[in-house]
Amino acid sequence: MQIFEYNGSALVAMVGKNCFAIASDRRLGVQLQTIATDFQRISKIHDRLFLGLSGLATDAQTLYQRLVFRHKLYQLREERDMKPETFANLVSAILYEKRFGPYFCQPVIAGLGDEDKPFICTMDSIGAKELAKDFVVAGTASESLYGACESMFKDDMEPEELFETISQALLSSVDRDCLSGWGGHVYLVTPTEVKERILKGRMD
Amino acid sequence: MECVFGLVGNDFAVVAADTSAVHSILVHKSNEDKIMILDSHKLVAASGESGDRVQFTEYIQKNVALYQFRNGIPLTTAAAANFTRGELATALRKNPYSVNILLAGYDKETGPSLYYIDYIATLHKVDKGAFGYGSYFSLAMMDRHYHSGMTVEEAIDLVDKCIAEIRSRLVVAPPNFVIKIVDKDGAREYAWRESVKDAAVASA
Repeated sequence: MQIFEYNGSALVAMVGKNCFAIASDRRLGVQLQTIATDFQRISKIHDRLFLGLSGLATDAQTLYQRLVFRHKLYQLREERDMKPETFANLVSAILYEKRFGPYFCQPVIAGLGDEDKPFICTMDSIGAKELAKDFVVAGTASESLYGACESMFKDDMEPEELFETISQALLSSVDRDCLSGWGGHVYLVTPTEVKERILKGRMD
Repeated sequence: MECVFGLVGNDFAVVAADTSAVHSILVHKSNEDKIMILDSHKLVAASGESGDRVQFTEYIQKNVALYQFRNGIPLTTAAAANFTRGELATALRKNPYSVNILLAGYDKETGPSLYYIDYIATLHKVDKGAFGYGSYFSLAMMDRHYHSGMTVEEAIDLVDKCIAEIRSRLVVAPPNFVIKIVDKDGAREYAWRESVKDAAVASA
C-alpha cells in the first residue's frame, strides 16, 4: 500500500499572460473505493494566492489548517498579504520541519506576485521547491499530466485559452489514472478577478 | 466485519450500524450499540477496534458536553466533526485511534448533515457514507436508490435494502443492526433489525 496513492489526486498549475490557472480533480477515494466526488483540493490563501495539496487527504487538511493559521498571523503582524514567493518558502520550511516524519503531501502553489507577475511552484513532501516558468503538476496522475501539459502548453496564453488548455490537459490525464478524476475544478486568476469553474469529465 | 452506514434525508439524518462485538472468531455479544448519542442533536456511529471505539467516542462526548457547559450553547455538527478530526489527527502520529466515524447531526440553521471521518482523520461532508466490508454493498445500493430530500419512510426503506444486501452477500454478515435517526426533535433510536436474538439470561 503506497501512502501517496491512498486517496488519489491530480493537480496542475499553468502560467499565462498576466494570469494563472490552477486545476484539480474532484475524487476522494480510499484505495479502490470512491468516497466522494466533490472533494476540494485547492484552497484560497488570499485573493491572489492559491494552494493545492495532493497526496494523503488527512495530511493535506492538517497542512492547510497550519498554513492558513500562519498566513493569518502574518496578516496581523505585517498588515498585508503574503507574496507567493514568501508563501512558498513558508510551505517549504514547514514541510522540512517534519523531515523524519513528513506530511505525505505534494503542494502546488500558484499566485500573482509583484506587478501582477504570475508565480507557480511545486515541491516534494519534504519541501524541495521546484520553480517553473510554464507549468507544474502533482498527484497520482502527474506523469500523464507532464506529457499532456508539455504538448499542449504555449507561452503567453490569454485567460480563456489558458482555461481551455489546462482543462483539456487535466481531463485527458486523469482519464488514464484510475485513482483520480470524477470531474475537475479550475480556478482562473487574473489581476482583476477569480473565475472558478467545475468541469464535467468521464465520471469514473 | 463491522458495517456502518448513513444518509441524509429531507430534514433528518439516519445512521445504521451492526451490533456484533467480535474478537477473532468469537462473537462476544450481538446487541452491542455502536451508535452513540453525542448530544441532543448529534449521533456518532463508530466502527473499528472496540477499545478505541468506546474510549474515543466517550472522550468526544464528554468534551462536547464540556463545551456546552462552559459556553452555554451547544456545538454545531460541523464544529463537532472538526473537533473530532482534530483529536484523531493529533493522535495520528503519536498513538493512533483505529476508529472510523460517521457523525450525523441536525442544526436549526443549516439542517441535517453527515460527516465521514476516517481513522486517519480524513474529514468530508457527505450525503451518504459507509465503512467496512459492508460499504461495498451499502454504498452501491445507496448510489442506486438515493436522491436528495428523501422522506423518513423512503430512507428507512433504503436502509433496509442495504441491510438485506449485506446479509445476503457478505460472507461473515452480522445478523443484527440498529438504526438511529436525528432530526429537529433530537437524536433517538429508531429501530433494531434482528435476525438472531441473544438467549435470555436465566434469573438467579
